[in-house]
Amino acid sequence: MRLGVLFSGGKDSTLALLKAMEKEEVVCLISIVSKNMESYMFHTPNISLTKLQATAIGLPLIQKSTEGRREEELEDLEAAIKEAKGRFKIDGVVTGAIESVYQAERIQRICHNLDLWCFNPLWKRNQQELLEEIVKSNFEVIISGIFAYPLDKSWLGKEIDEELIVKLVELEKQYGLSPSGEGGEIETTVLDAPMFRKRIEVVDFEVRAEENVGLFVINKARLMKK
Amino acid sequence: MILVVDMSFKKDSLAFYEFVLPILSVIRKSQPFLVKHRSELSSKDIDGCERIVLSGTALKDNDFLGHVEDFGWITTCDKPVLGICAGMEVIGLVFGSSLQGCLEIGMKEIRLIKKNALFSSTFKAYELHSHSLQLSEEFDVLAKSENCVQAIKHKEKSIYGVLFHPEVRNREIIERLLVVSDE
Repeated sequence: MRLGVLFSGGKDSTLALLKAMEKEEVVCLISIVSKNMESYMFHTPNISLTKLQATAIGLPLIQKSTEGRREEELEDLEAAIKEAKGRFKIDGVVTGAIESVYQAERIQRICHNLDLWCFNPLWKRNQQELLEEIVKSNFEVIISGIFAYPLDKSWLGKEIDEELIVKLVELEKQYGLSPSGEGGEIETTVLDAPMFRKRIEVVDFEVRAEENVGLFVINKARLMKK
Repeated sequence: MILVVDMSFKKDSLAFYEFVLPILSVIRKSQPFLVKHRSELSSKDIDGCERIVLSGTALKDNDFLGHVEDFGWITTCDKPVLGICAGMEVIGLVFGSSLQGCLEIGMKEIRLIKKNALFSSTFKAYELHSHSLQLSEEFDVLAKSENCVQAIKHKEKSIYGVLFHPEVRNREIIERLLVVSDE
C-alpha cells in the first residue's frame, strides 16, 4: 500500500511516519504551512523546517500554504492530499493524531471523500509511553514551543530525554498538563530519527518568549552525516 | 483470559495500532488477554478463553466481509462476546442479518432503547462506519443513533454488538463486558 504521511516535523507525525514505514510503503510527506500568524505562531513553530527534514529522510514533500481560517484550512488540506493522490498514487494517508476526535473526524472525512485509507497509528496511546518510545527509538527531539503555565523559556530548545519526561510527568500531576503536549501545551521539532539518513544541526536560532508562551525559532539549519 | 480478535485486512497491519491496541489498553488493567488475527483464529483459542472481543477496523477496510463464514462459531458460542463496528457487523451477518449503507463519522448521540448490562442511558459516542445492520429476529435493539441501530444483543446469549467505538470514548462499556455474566 502506498501511503502519504501528514507531516509537521514534530515528534508525533515523525513517530507515525516511522510506524507507517515499518508496515507499508511511504511515498511522500504532506505538510500545511499556515499564513495565519496566530496559527503559525501557536501551532506550528518551525514548520518551514519540514523541507529540510524531508530531504534528511529522503522523501518528497508536498507543502501547501493556507490562510489559516478554520474551514478553508480543511479545504487546503484536502487539496494537498488530492495532489498527493494524483502525483504519488497514494492509497492512503497517515496522521499522528493521538486523542483529538475533532481532528480525526475531519481527516477521516477528507480521506473518505477522496476514496483513501486513513491510518492513525498513535491513536489513544498513553502519552508518557509515547515519549518513552521516542527516547528509546533514538529520536533527537527538542521543545520548540511552550504555551502553558508553568512552562517558561528555560524549556525551549531542551532535548526530550528520560530526565525531561520525568519533569513533564510531574507537571501533569501538579498542573494537569498533557505530558506529550496533546493539549497544545508544548510543540516539538525532530532533528534526528531512525529513518533520517542525515541528522539536522541547528546553526542559528532565537528564543522568543513572554512569560509562559514562547518559541524556539530555527533561523538556519543544515544536514550533517550521521 | 480475554480473546481479542483483530478484524483488519491483514495480520500485523497498520490498523492494529488504531483499532486493537486501544482495546488492549482497557483490558490489560484487569485481565490476561490473547490477541489473534481473524485469519489465524483456532477452535483452541475460542475454547480456551472466557470472553471475546471482536475489534473494528479502518473505514475503507471491508476485507472481513469476504470472510464472514470464518465466524460461524459465534452461533454456537456460549461465552460473552462484544463485537465493535466490523465485529458487530459480523455478529449480525452470521445470525442472518443483512448490511446496508450508512456512513457516520465523528461524535453522535446514542439513544438508549433498552436497558442492558453495558450502558443504561443516552450518551455520545465516536462513529467510524459505512454500513449498518438490517437485523434478523435473533436480536434486541439496545440503542440507535439518528441514522441506524447502534447496539444489539442476542435474545438468548450474552452476545453484544456496538457500531460505535467504545475504545475511543465510553471505555467503561468494554470494562462492563469483562464482568457481564453468561446467559
